[in-house]
Amino acid sequence: MDEPIRVLVAKPGLDGHDRGAKVVAAALRDAGMEVIYGGLHQTPDAIVQMAVQEDVDVVGLSILSGAHMTLFPKVKELLDAAGAENVLLTGGGIISPDDMAGLEKLGVGKLFGPGSRLADLVDYIRAEVGQRRTAAGSA
Amino acid sequence: MTEAAPVATDRDAALVERVRAGDQRACARLMTWAERNDPRYAAAHRAFVGSLGTAQRIGITGPPGAGKSTLVEGLAEHWRKTEDRTIGVVAVDPTSPFTGGALLGDRVRMSRLVLDPGVFIRSMATRGVFGGLARATDDVADVLDLYGRHTVLVETVGVGQSEVDIARSCDLTLVVLHPGGGDTIQAMKAGLMEVADVYVVNKADMPGLDRLVQELYDVLELREIPEDQRPPVLTTVASNGQGVAELADAIDGMVAERRASGALDARREENLERRVRRLVDGRLRRDVWETQRLAEHLHKRLAGSGTLSAYELADEVLDVYRGAGRDQDPSSNDPSLPDTSPEDSA
Repeated sequence: MDEPIRVLVAKPGLDGHDRGAKVVAAALRDAGMEVIYGGLHQTPDAIVQMAVQEDVDVVGLSILSGAHMTLFPKVKELLDAAGAENVLLTGGGIISPDDMAGLEKLGVGKLFGPGSRLADLVDYIRAEVGQRRTAAGSA
Repeated sequence: MTEAAPVATDRDAALVERVRAGDQRACARLMTWAERNDPRYAAAHRAFVGSLGTAQRIGITGPPGAGKSTLVEGLAEHWRKTEDRTIGVVAVDPTSPFTGGALLGDRVRMSRLVLDPGVFIRSMATRGVFGGLARATDDVADVLDLYGRHTVLVETVGVGQSEVDIARSCDLTLVVLHPGGGDTIQAMKAGLMEVADVYVVNKADMPGLDRLVQELYDVLELREIPEDQRPPVLTTVASNGQGVAELADAIDGMVAERRASGALDARREENLERRVRRLVDGRLRRDVWETQRLAEHLHKRLAGSGTLSAYELADEVLDVYRGAGRDQDPSSNDPSLPDTSPEDSA
């Protein structure tokens, strides 16, 4: 897989704590990925619009507001509706294991809570995108 | 290098038709093909190149912090509001030469445009190319042209003074400067001043405006350009919209004038020549270092031969390359490397 993985990193919702998103964006860049930084306070519609235009492999959301059970499903639903069902939706924040499991059932990828290792996130994205690209053929 | 030209299949042609019909996702995917050097893109390009040329392509360059992204947002917003004009934006940021990764952050300053379906924004990483653009920037602009965008704004990397490729890629080039961004001599060093069709002094509410504008006029006088052909100097405060409408009108006026006089066609012809040369350079480089495996040859020669001249070794590499060209052994070519697709330049 020679082509750089493209990732949209964005923060939906109202909380303004973007340090986590910036740390993750820098780590993914240093792992050789092309990171489109979408910025703060993005609506699910805006996030999906950006993801489609940028033709990303991954959407990574940072949610510290507690609204993850609303925002992740909404973004997933809009991605599917836009024909971008193959895009990996992942992210992090303060999310309980129960909620993570619930979101996974809805088609959201693995989520990373406080204390997660950046290397694990990088490995997870590489493995998932590799699989999805292979499954989709060279397109 | 004599492979048959790739032919667009029905499925590839269908993607092109979807782009033409305004399918946003198809547009994004065709751009990805171009970025990835996918042979299907080269084939598709042959098929749709005849319908290109309607979009006006405006290049925006200048040092970091001059406010290029904010100005792009302001211009796009102005054209959307006043005449519902469709806009494409290509925003280029640098790839790290160490990791191959990139942080593409221009969208942060264009957030007001995101939900408008009349604006399509694509961020690109340079992927190892210098000159302020990525290898496939022209192609992404082509796809936006095919997608029916009236105006395409191409924003270069803001790393310093070398982003002059934009002048050979667009119909009109804006050089954006700001007071306090260092004197104009810095911008003159590497050609940034010569590529301007319009100078924009942004952040005009900052101290030092008059001095920078005066410096610009002084530089223009030194260049001995007839007064009526000198690039105009306009001032803006992109963050609050001041001067943006005047800039938009100046851009449209200059493009219309050049279209009428034939200067636009002449420029596009020059741009095309430059683009072909870049493709040829890129393919030759790939042929030398990858297909013919001369990098391996060179590594072998370098082992323990610290006293050899670089010139001697370069001659030797080229001799081997020319030799390989004379008695071409097809089996030595790696078929997985498509040699008919767009190539990069450095």
